[in-house]
Amino acid sequence: MIDIVLLTFLVVVGVAIVRVRNLLAVTMLTGIYSLLVAILFVLLDAVDVALTEAAVGAGLLVILMLATIALTTRKEKVHAARQNAVAFVVVSVTGAALIYATLDMPPFGDPEAPAHVHLSPRFTQDSPEEIGIPNMVTSVLASYRGIDTLGEAVVIFAAAVGVLLVLGTGTVRRRRRSEDDVEEAREQP
Amino acid sequence: MNQYIVLRVVSKLMIPVIMIFALYVQFHGEYSPGGGFQAGIVFTAAFIVYTLLYGLEAAQKAISPAVAHVLAAVGVLIFIAFGYASILLGGNFLEYKVLLPNDQAGETFGIIGIELGVGITVAAVALTLFYSFAGRERR
Repeated sequence: MIDIVLLTFLVVVGVAIVRVRNLLAVTMLTGIYSLLVAILFVLLDAVDVALTEAAVGAGLLVILMLATIALTTRKEKVHAARQNAVAFVVVSVTGAALIYATLDMPPFGDPEAPAHVHLSPRFTQDSPEEIGIPNMVTSVLASYRGIDTLGEAVVIFAAAVGVLLVLGTGTVRRRRRSEDDVEEAREQP
Repeated sequence: MNQYIVLRVVSKLMIPVIMIFALYVQFHGEYSPGGGFQAGIVFTAAFIVYTLLYGLEAAQKAISPAVAHVLAAVGVLIFIAFGYASILLGGNFLEYKVLLPNDQAGETFGIIGIELGVGITVAAVALTLFYSFAGRERR
């Protein structure tokens, strides 16, 4: 029941994000969307993912988007609506194919689903013995899939390097008067 | 936000709580949900609240962008160091159980160590991103 309510909210918020032109409102709606997804993850017992989604999607991302809006503009430019038949066909066909593909998936919570018969039993049964910590998500992330996690850490680091190269360090300098004068002099040749 | 006294007092009280929660998420990650990634983001959230209260300049006095850049690299290097430490002690890359005499203790030690590395990197990177976005002046 609560799943249906949450999913309905998700669809409503999703449509609102597309329709609303005020970017400030869109940013807020994106945060709400992330929070709803986080609640859904909690209901699915994926608390680790939920914590990440709430912290990154509803927290950091919204702040970064607000900072961007503060630098640029609050209003989305309205383009004249053009009907593009090819795009509509492509989207419809892809959507239909995706929905058709979900019919092939095992039913929700099926213990015989492929995901639950191959690696999961190995991890759930042996990891308390091998690693000795109760949170299996952490054991899989940090030990069994340690190199993946190293890759993630490097990707995050690379993201920071990229942003630094594009946007600069953002160091706040207290401008001295003499510097200002020099700059003004340079700007007026 | 500087002129709203209620917001200011409440946020000021929240900052240490957020930081303690970040440390809890970091070091309790083996028993409860969480780990380095989540902890790093939550830690940065405390800094963002501080920036909203006291301005970017005050925040950069606490952790300057240069320090954040170094820390981002340090976190990844801690992670890699654990990988090479296990090679030197006769295991494979990131095979933590060779780190300590007891297999389980070695694994747990390794996991706490690399989670710390991930936490430092994520916190420093999130802070760097925030500084980069917030520090740009409007043209």
